Amino acid sequence: MLRFLVARVGAMLVMTLLATLVVFLIANTVPGDPVLAQLGDQAASDPVFVAEWRHQYGLDRPLWQRYVIFLDGLRQGDLGRSIRSRRPVLDDVEEYGPATLELATVSFALTLIVGIPLGILAAVKRDSWVDHLARVISLLGVSSPTFWLAFILLAVFYGYLQIAPGPGRLGTIALPPPTVTGSYLIDSALAGDWDTFQDAAAHMVLPSIVLAAATIGLVTRTTRASMLECIRQDYVRMARAKGSRESRVILRHVLPNALVPVVTLSGLAYAQLLTGAVLTETVFSWPGLGRYTFLSASALDFPAIMAITLLVAVTYLVINLLTDISYAILDPRVRR
Amino acid sequence: MSGARIAEILAAQPPPVSPWRRWRHQYGLAALGGTIVLGWIIVALAAQALAPWAPNAVEVTARLRPPSTLHMMGTDELGRDVLSRLIFGARISLITGIVVVTIGAFIGTVLGGIAAYAGGLIEEAIMRLTDLVLCFPPIILALAIGAALGIGTTNTITAMLVVWWPKFARLSRSLVLQQRSLEYVEAALVAGYGPGRILWRHIMPNSVGPLIVLVTLDVGNAIIIFAGLSFLGLGVVPPTAEWGSMISEGRELVAQWWVASFPGFAILSIVLGFNFLGDGVRDWLDPRSRRQ
Repeated sequence: MLRFLVARVGAMLVMTLLATLVVFLIANTVPGDPVLAQLGDQAASDPVFVAEWRHQYGLDRPLWQRYVIFLDGLRQGDLGRSIRSRRPVLDDVEEYGPATLELATVSFALTLIVGIPLGILAAVKRDSWVDHLARVISLLGVSSPTFWLAFILLAVFYGYLQIAPGPGRLGTIALPPPTVTGSYLIDSALAGDWDTFQDAAAHMVLPSIVLAAATIGLVTRTTRASMLECIRQDYVRMARAKGSRESRVILRHVLPNALVPVVTLSGLAYAQLLTGAVLTETVFSWPGLGRYTFLSASALDFPAIMAITLLVAVTYLVINLLTDISYAILDPRVRR
Repeated sequence: MSGARIAEILAAQPPPVSPWRRWRHQYGLAALGGTIVLGWIIVALAAQALAPWAPNAVEVTARLRPPSTLHMMGTDELGRDVLSRLIFGARISLITGIVVVTIGAFIGTVLGGIAAYAGGLIEEAIMRLTDLVLCFPPIILALAIGAALGIGTTNTITAMLVVWWPKFARLSRSLVLQQRSLEYVEAALVAGYGPGRILWRHIMPNSVGPLIVLVTLDVGNAIIIFAGLSFLGLGVVPPTAEWGSMISEGRELVAQWWVASFPGFAILSIVLGFNFLGDGVRDWLDPRSRRQ
């Protein structure tokens, strides 16, 4: 197990270093010129001003020097300075990160709460209406564009029925709760401010459904396929032959074995939710990292784009690592 | 096992089915998917003839008209006919989806094939590169690259290609590894054929099935991602009619629901079509996967 761990962590660190190189190269070798995007026509036509500006952001140095500076900054926890917000990207991440984390976590809970039972039911009641319903839900979830689903839900539940709140994390007149964790749900609960809690929870409903739509489909399909695979095994027949009740056979014998691939998938699904929020957050004006990424990309704010892309890749690598480890714990054969 | 249990099991056996039902069961979804996709291809090819209005014809006196006999899907904020824009939008979505996936599949397949066949350092390098690209979520990496390259269809396709090939590299590598140990490859080696010929003429034709399945399933995926990038303002230069940017233009117009809803249904239907078709092709090529 120790050897397995060392090998995995080592591989992850190498990948992280390579990821910094990729991100750096994308931001620094492609033709887009941040000067024009950032300064506007008038300032960009003044050569002295442009040179000074380039110097300030280190854009006048050779490529390899900039990479070394970039790496050295990363080593010290410096992700660079955003051109758009004119402050360290890390500060921006601290400000916008919690909103994304909260949304992704709620969506993840929703994914598991809906996806796993639906998958189990679909497998147990195979070819029944539950199975067909599960298939339709997962197909629609995977096939509908998130930004459009978001629009439809907003139009129906906010525009027409007026039972859901509009975009954003809170109503327009509400004040955010005192910051402890950055999650409005937890912070308002800690402050005992239940009105705000309710407001924040209500604002969460539509975005989390939209964000979870694709992952629910994935989890349902995987759970179903894996359950069907396990139901065919001999030990299930054995359990039935011994006279166990069907519910016990399913829940105690089939389910624990069938969930192993679901655990792997869940790790990836969480990573997907954390990183896939660009479109959802943009439509719901959700002040998170996804929307921040979009705004940075539109403004050609390369330090910010680089930092976020890197952060996302590292998040992905870490979650992958954790998934591999949990997989090795669940299934000893993986450890080799 | 009690008599009642046996009777129950016997009762659970499916009743005999008619040939038509069996055909529907086996090929129904693929036929439905194929019809949808073919329908959209025809729409795209005949856009000029089918569209009742010019896609970019601005008519300021007819802004935001609800669906009527004159404008069957209404008009947008500039008074352009939504139906006509939707019809012309099919061209861009189909072309980008198919171009991204075929070129991506080609690059990935070649790289994966080389990796599997060459082995050693080359394989290690190619596969680590694959892992590396896979650790970036497509939409964020494409957004970063697209932002750097600038707005436009070609640039967005380029950005998507950068993130698109790795899954094909992985699949083709594992397929070639599987085939390489088989006897007919050994026979070809003994016959004195070079690696290029063995790879291209012998191994590839035998591995092409799963690749075709992934390609078909993936076109829908590529269409959604491209529309998403367009929605974010990257994909096409306005005023080009494209589904993602049409939804973006209509996203504030909740009361004028027709502006954003119809292009979304178009995306949904074409993506479902490719998904059905892909599932059908898989069942057809690999009967073991049927009815999993």
